[in-house]
Parts: sequence; structure tokens; C-alpha cells
Amino acid sequence: MMARLLAVLALLAGLSGPATAYQPDEVLDDPALEARARELSTELRCLVCQNQSIDDSDAPLARDLRILIRERLQEGDTDGEVIDFVVARYGEFVLLRPRFAPHTWLLWLPPFAVLAIGGIVILRRRGARNGANRPDAPLAPAEEARLKDLIGDPDKGDGQT
Amino acid sequence: MIVETGHFALLLAFAVALYQAIVPLVGAQRGDERLTAVAVPAALTQLGLIALAFAALTYAYVTSDFSVENVWANSHSAKPLLYKVTGVWGNHEGSMLLWVFILALFGACVAVFGGNLPPGLKARTLSVQAMIGSAFLLFILLTSNPFARLDPVPVDGQGLNPILQDPALAFHPPFLYAGYVGLSVAFSFAVAALIEGRVDAAWARWVRPWTVAAWMCLTLGIAMGSWWAYYELGWGGFWLWDPVENASFMPWLVATALLHSAIVVEKRNALKVWTVLLAILAFSLSLLGTFLVRSGVLTSVHAFAVDPERGVFILAILCVFIGGALALFAWRAPMLKGGGLFQPVSREGALVVNNLLLAACAATVFVGTLYPLALEVVTGDKISVGAPYFNLTFGPLILPLLLLVPIGPMMSWKRARAWPAVQRLWGAGVVALVAGVVAFAIARDGPVLAPFGMALGLWLIAGALNELALRTGLFGKGVRTALRRLFGLPRAAIGMTLAHMGLGFAVLGIVATTAWRQELVTVMTPGESVDFAGTAITFVSETPRTGANYRDDVGRFRVVADNREVTVLTPSKRVYLPSRQPTSEVGIYPFWSGDLYLAMGDREGDAGRVVRIYFHPLVPFIWIGAAIMFAGGAISLTDRRYRVGAPRRARAAAAEGAGA
Repeated sequence: MMARLLAVLALLAGLSGPATAYQPDEVLDDPALEARARELSTELRCLVCQNQSIDDSDAPLARDLRILIRERLQEGDTDGEVIDFVVARYGEFVLLRPRFAPHTWLLWLPPFAVLAIGGIVILRRRGARNGANRPDAPLAPAEEARLKDLIGDPDKGDGQT
Repeated sequence: MIVETGHFALLLAFAVALYQAIVPLVGAQRGDERLTAVAVPAALTQLGLIALAFAALTYAYVTSDFSVENVWANSHSAKPLLYKVTGVWGNHEGSMLLWVFILALFGACVAVFGGNLPPGLKARTLSVQAMIGSAFLLFILLTSNPFARLDPVPVDGQGLNPILQDPALAFHPPFLYAGYVGLSVAFSFAVAALIEGRVDAAWARWVRPWTVAAWMCLTLGIAMGSWWAYYELGWGGFWLWDPVENASFMPWLVATALLHSAIVVEKRNALKVWTVLLAILAFSLSLLGTFLVRSGVLTSVHAFAVDPERGVFILAILCVFIGGALALFAWRAPMLKGGGLFQPVSREGALVVNNLLLAACAATVFVGTLYPLALEVVTGDKISVGAPYFNLTFGPLILPLLLLVPIGPMMSWKRARAWPAVQRLWGAGVVALVAGVVAFAIARDGPVLAPFGMALGLWLIAGALNELALRTGLFGKGVRTALRRLFGLPRAAIGMTLAHMGLGFAVLGIVATTAWRQELVTVMTPGESVDFAGTAITFVSETPRTGANYRDDVGRFRVVADNREVTVLTPSKRVYLPSRQPTSEVGIYPFWSGDLYLAMGDREGDAGRVVRIYFHPLVPFIWIGAAIMFAGGAISLTDRRYRVGAPRRARAAAAEGAGA
């Protein structure tokens, strides 16, 4: 459920919609299977292109991969098995969404860490400031007169900032 | 001769920039007015010299002087005049020249329009501006000379990359650079303020218009790039989370945060340290973007290692300016005194939340863009980070921000109450709710949360209008009073409303086209028809054609809707002659509900063509939204308070604003 929610949020935020460079002859007869194939295609990188998914790419290698995915799906592989198969063949470079593993912690965590740390810093500073800014003891009349002498009448103000 | 003059002018500009970097700064430190006074004439001279160099290169392009290596490598005599001119910045050397030209232009604008700046601040700001200028001028002179000659002179040029021969892409770099480079002014102001040790409401008031100007150019530049991608890539993708796009998006996010936090400094004298940091970061990310795009490091880490001269030079500039500014920040920022206090629930609090979320968004784009490079350098592992990553990280961060946008302006300064602020938006809430329900009813398929996205877009638009209605008293005082008050409103307030509204339009476009895009990929032969998205599309014919510097096959597709011919689309497959590079020109017909989008693919059999047909609902809203945001920025710039700007009056106006 969570994954689905995130996927939809993702759709809202942007850009994982169906896009295509696929050819008419690649399309599977079974619409459900075809939909899964398209979904998987957006997750895999065209290895010879710059930053394009195999779904977007015109390159022959991307076409081979699209066909490969469909073959695996027709043989009854689950989505995960197809991905594993492609990764085993081409390496993790093929994944547009890197797996969450020790070597990608620094990729996945910072966005939320910035939010959390920023939030904590703001809250703590507020706390500190509230402590530091307790109203000062009122000045004695004599002190007030001397202050006025030193800095001028605050009510008039010279406007210098 | 003219070309050599341009080269010489560039050299002189470097000397002037060095002079401008050093003398006014020394003068400001010593309090010597004779020395600080040189900043203005130096800035103007520098602009004049760089303009001369730029004009010389443009002249070489327009006259197709192929004895200039740069012209030979990037132009062709058969190219249309427009693209001869825009070809000036369609390559590395020329685009760097444009970069320093715009930098000098901003510097000169500060010199001319900064009449009411305190002399010390002005001298220091112009000095920092010139430091950046001299670094990049040196970069051009040493590694990227656009004026190098060729001997013997070639007969014709190699031609501009055909994908750059396009109106949107031709004017995309100047706007993008105006955005990137415009942020240098905020940076220079921040560094100058750190040297002076003083950041106050007046400072924020001076910084804001420059940030607005840079931000709106960046907005338009990014929008143009995305529009280009939409019609050029052949399937209607408008944002691919490509590193090059991300490089421009990071400064945009931080500049947006800066716009908002500078308001707090101006009105409430708080968030100073953070605002200075943002001003430094915004331009630092611009420099980073320049480095990423210009060094070739994105294509591959290896390409960078093979020809590292330019990359290393920009990297050095990057380190000196970012490192220097951050070091100065670490040293001087603690001296900046915190200002006005505020409760968590307040206008200030809302702007802090805005900044926090925008910072997290920028961090996401930052790691997503740079982590793969860093990982490869450190461990040699290669990973890819693409749209699926950003959808999972950026999405959840931007959604709450969008939700909160209309609420922020409802909050009062210092202390507000959340619920009444939300209550005042009941009108916008109703509109958004209805929109969501309608969207849900019309579109049964598509993502479950897409109607929520539509509601969000309308929440932003209606929220902005709602805010305007409240400010003008439309709900209580009647239309006439409201109209009169509308013209009396500060322009900056109208600008904000427009910008927030534009954001809403962009959200509508993004959500609708992402969730409900329809597509049909099929093989068609002339005479054949297909039914698609309520229209009947007939492939009429295909004819070859020869253009100025290309040859193409033009298809004709008749589009019939409601038994009436709507249009004939003429997409084509094009081959540019000098380079033999193929491109695809799509046919687009804008219905009120969205774009019908048709692209021709490869030949199939004897007379067949692969045809890709799409319907992109509401997609123009994305760019209409960006245009509205740009207009909002422009209107905000005409606010007379920015021009008055002198501290005394600034304070009076601020008090007035806080009381309103």
C-alpha cells in the first residue's frame, strides 16, 4: 500500500508517466502483461544513452531490452525476477532507482535528513531563544534618562538601520 | 581585424575587472572615497569592453567568417540568419562569453541603479562582482578563446548542431544565464555585507529585486528548456530529471527560498544569517551548474579526465568562490545579530517552513545529481539515478509545500492563529474540493491520487485569488472599492499572487498530462485512418521537401473532430545536411483541453510509417504557469518601494506594510 501511495505521489510530482519509443511490433497481446512491461521499462536505463529509460529510448539496445523484458514476463517471471535478471546481466547501473543498500544510503537518506535536522535545529534554536529572551528587568528612572541621553529618544528614531 | 579587436577588448576587460575587484575594496576598507568612486566607471567600462568583444564575435558569425575557428566549428553559410546569431552562444566558447557579458551587465546595472546604496556597500558589492568577472574572463582567455584563427581558411563551416536550430532552444541559454548570473548579485551583496558585518532590512530590500530578476529569468529559461524537450523529443516528455536540467533546477529552488527568506529580513529583521547563507548557496549552485555542464563531467567522468583543462579551471573557480564565501560566512556570520522574535505559527514561521522544504528539495536534487559521480570517483561503482528516484524523494517533499502555499500569506506577522487563517480560505477550499470531485468523476482511470493533484492546483490558483479578494475587500466592500484598492496594492503583493497562481497552473498541467496522457503507436499507410481521443486522424500523404540546410519527409495528417476538419498536422522526419543528423519535427494541435501531438517514426515496409499519436491533457498550463510566474516577478520589480529603497523610507514603508 505504501509503495503504491508513493508511486502515485510520484506520478503527481512529475514524471514517471508512460512515454515511449517502443515499436508497434513489440506490444504484447495481453494488456495486463503489456502494462507491467511498460511499468518495468520506465525503471530501467538505456545503457548506451544519456539518462534515458529504455521506455523513452530509440536505441537498438533499448529495444532488445524491452523485448527481453516481455519474454521474461511471458515466461511467468514476477516483476522482481525480471529486474533481478536484468541486473544480473547488466549490473546495477541499469536501475534508474538504485537499491537501498549501504552504498546508496548517502543517496536515499539526505533529503529526509535535511528535513529532520533542519526541523530539529529550528526547534532547538527557538527553545534557546525563548530562554535567552526573557523580558529584562525594567530600568530605573535614572538609568532610563541616561540611556536617552546616550542613544537619543527612541520614539523619534533616526531611521538608520 | 574586427575579430582581433574583440579579443583585445576581452583582454582589456580582464584588466579593468581586476582593477574593479581590488581598488574599490581597498577604498571601502580604508574609507577612501576617491578609491571607492572608481567602482561605477570601472563597471561600465568593463561592460562596454565585453559588449565590444561579444559584438565582434557576433559579427564574425553573421558574416560567416570561417577563418575564426569557433565560427567554422559551429556555423555554416547556409544557416538562417537567426541561427547564425544564436549560434554565437550555441557552443562552449561563445556561451562563456555570453556568461561574462551578462555578468558585466548585471554589475553595470548595480552601478547605475544602485544610486541610493551606501557607498561602502556599493563599492564592495561591485568589487566582489568584478572578482567573479575576472576569474571567468581569465578562464575564457586561457582555455576557451572564441577568437582563435584558422589557417588555411576552410571553405565552409561544420554547421550548428541541428537540435540547437530551434527558437525555444536558441533563446533558452540567454535566459538561463541571466538567471544563473543574476544570482551573482545576491552573492556579491551577501559577501559585501559579511565584509561589512551588517545585514539589515535595507540590505534585504536591495537584494530582493536582483533576486527577483534572476529568479524570473531562471524560471523562463527552465520553462523554455522544458517546452523544447516537450516538442523535440517526440513523445512529449517535459522534464526528465536529467543532470543538465537538475543543474538549473537547484539554483531555482534555492533562489525561490531566498526570495522568501529575504522578505523576513526586510519586514522583521530576522533570519539574517540564513538569508545570507542562501544568497551564497544560490550562486554557488549556479557555478556548480556551469561546471557540470561546461566541464563534460556529466557525459562521463572519463571524458572529464581526458581533457581536464577547462573542468579543472572551473573547479578551481568554484572552490575559490564557494570556499571563500563560506569561510567568510563562518567567520563573520556569528556577528550578525538576530532580529525580531516570532511565534512558530506566524508569517515568519510559514516562511521558515517554506525554506526548510525548499532546502530539502534542493538537497534531493543535489544528491541525486552528484552522488553517482561521487560514488564512481570514490569506489568505481556505477549507478544510475533517474526519474523513479526523484519521484520517490522529491515528490513527498514538494507536496506539503504546495499545500501550504496559500496558507502562508494568510498568516499575520509575529503571531498568527492557524485555524482562522485556514478559515479565511474557505472559498479556495470549496473550489479545490469541487475540482477534485469533478476530476474524479470525469476520469475514472488513471492514478487514484490524480484528482487530488488537480484539487491541489486549483487550491493554489483559487487561494491566490482568495488572498487578493481579501486584501481588496471584495467580499465586504463591493466590487468598485475592491478594484480601486487593487490598483493601490503594492506591486510586490500582486506579483506574489501572480507567482503563486502561476505555480497552480503549472501543477495542473503537470498532474493532468502525467496522469491522463493517452497514446497510440501504430503503423499507418497513406489513406489510412485511426480513431484517437475523440478525433479521427487520417494519414493523407507524405512528401519530400528541401529546406535551407536540411531535407525532410513531411507527412500530412487530417484531424477531424465532431465531423469537422480541425486541422492538418505536418510532422516530419528531417536530416540536416552538413552533419547528416536526423531529427523529428512533431505536429501539435492545441485543443482547449490539451494538445494533440503527432510524431512520425521510422519507415515500415513499402509505404508504411510508424506513427506516434498522443493526447497531452492541459499540458500548455505548465508553460502558461511559468509565464504567469515570470509576469508576477516583472510586476513585483515595478514596485516603487524597491526603487526608493533608502533606509529611512524603507523603514517607514516596512512599518506601513506590517501594519496593513
